[in-house]
Amino acid sequence: MNLTLFKGGEPLVKRTIFFFLLSICFSPVIYKLLPDPIHTSSMALKLYGIPMSTCTARVLACTYEKNIEVQLVPVTLAAGEHKQPSFLAKNPFGVIPVLEDGDLTLFESRAITAYLSKKYKEQGEDLLRLKGGNLKEEAMVGLWLEVESQQYSPAITPILYEHFFAPRRGKIPNQKVIEDGLVKFEKVLDVYESRLSQSKYLAGDFYSLADLHHLSFTLYLMRSPWASLISSRPHVNAWWECISSRPASQKVIQGMTPAEK
Amino acid sequence: MVVKVFGPSYASCCRKVLVCLIEKEIEFEIIPIDIIKGEQKSPEFLKLQPFGVVPVIQDGDYTLYESRAIMRYYSEKYKSQGTDLLGKTLEEKGLVDQWLETEGQNFHPPIYILIMQLVFHPKLGLPIDDKIVKESEEKLEKVLDIYEERLSKSKYLAGEFFSLADLSHIPFTHYLVNDIGKAYMIRNKKHVSAWWDDITSRASWKKVLQL
Repeated sequence: MNLTLFKGGEPLVKRTIFFFLLSICFSPVIYKLLPDPIHTSSMALKLYGIPMSTCTARVLACTYEKNIEVQLVPVTLAAGEHKQPSFLAKNPFGVIPVLEDGDLTLFESRAITAYLSKKYKEQGEDLLRLKGGNLKEEAMVGLWLEVESQQYSPAITPILYEHFFAPRRGKIPNQKVIEDGLVKFEKVLDVYESRLSQSKYLAGDFYSLADLHHLSFTLYLMRSPWASLISSRPHVNAWWECISSRPASQKVIQGMTPAEK
Repeated sequence: MVVKVFGPSYASCCRKVLVCLIEKEIEFEIIPIDIIKGEQKSPEFLKLQPFGVVPVIQDGDYTLYESRAIMRYYSEKYKSQGTDLLGKTLEEKGLVDQWLETEGQNFHPPIYILIMQLVFHPKLGLPIDDKIVKESEEKLEKVLDIYEERLSKSKYLAGEFFSLADLSHIPFTHYLVNDIGKAYMIRNKKHVSAWWDDITSRASWKKVLQL
C-alpha cells in the first residue's frame, strides 16, 4: 500500500480511502458470507451427466419441457470419473445420469424423468397426463414408455454402438450385429408406422414422455447411414419431424451437436 | 369386470401381471396362448399386441400390453385396495421406479437370455449358445453384486416395503433357481438370498405357481 496517498490528504478523504481499501481486504470474507448463487433453492436439483450423452439428454429434454431449473454437474467420462468410488456411491452401476434432489439420489434416466414429471406436474408440458385425471391416457403413456424401453432401444442400441462407439474404442464395427440389428429394428419401426398412422403421437393425440424418450437415440440414427429407415416411413417421419422441432428438443439437439472447429 | 390375461400361466412376464393382480385383489381369467406353437404371432393375436409377445390384458373394451405398464396401471387404479406396490411419497415412488427400471435395463436382459437358452431352446428344438450363456451369467453376477450391497442396507429394493420393483424379479429368478441349476447365484449372496426367501414366501406367488 502506498502510504504517501494518506500523508497529505484531507481527513475525510483519508477515511474514505482507508475504508475503501479495508473493504477490498475483507471482501473475500464478505463474499463467503453471501449466499452462493448456485445453491439457492431454485437450483436444488443437481444432474450429474453431460449434454452429449443420450441418457443425460433424455433427462434434459424433460427439464426443458417442464421449465425445471437444474444444475448440470459434468462428469469426466474419459478420466473414468463415473467408475470412481465417489460416483459409485451415487449410482452403483457407474453410469450417467444421476439426479440429486435434497436427500434423494436417483439413477436410471427413465426413473428420473418420471420423478420430475410427477413432482412438477403443474408446470410445463403434462408429460405423464396427470393433470386431467385420465388414468387410461396415463396408462397409454406407460405402455409406450415400456415399448421404447423394451423394444425400440434394445433394437436400435446395438446398431448405434457398432457404428458410432466401437470405432472410438479401437474396434471394427461388427457387420453381423448391425445386419441382425437392422432386421429386428425394421420390424419394430413397422409397428410404429402402423401406430402413428392412427395417432399423432405414440400414446394418443398429445405429446408425452413416451415420445420424448425416443429423442436422443433417434437423433443418432438420423446422423447414421440408416436415417432412411425413418424417412422412408411417412408417419414415423412426420412424427420425428414434429417431435424434433419442438423448442425443448431443439435445445437438446444443440447440446448433442459438437461445436464446429 | 374380470380382467382377461392372455398368455400361458407359466410365462414369466404373465406371472408378473398375475402376482400383481392377486396382490391388488383383482379378479382375472387366464386366456391361454400357446407360445411354443407360435400362437402369439398369429394375425388375431397381433391385433391385440402388435409386437407378438405375451402378456396382454383386456378389461372390458380396454386393452393394454407390456407387463410393467399393466402392473403400474392396476397398482395406480386400485391404489386404495390390496398391497401398496408403488410407494406412498414422491420420493418412495421415485425409488420404486429406479429399481423397476434397473430390473428392466440391467437384470432382465441377461436373465432373459439364460432362461430362453437353457429352458426354452430345448423345448423349441433350438441349439444352446454356450458363449452367450457364459457372457450373460457374468453380466447377471455383476448386477447381483450390486443388489447384495443394496439389500444389505434395505429390506427390499426400494426401501423397507415390498413393491413392484421386487415383484418384477420373481418369475424369471424362479426359473434361474429351480430349473437351470444356477441357484448358487442367489444363495451365494447372504442378503439377496434372504430377500429371495422373503418375496417368494408371499401368498400371491404361491397361488401363481399353482395356476
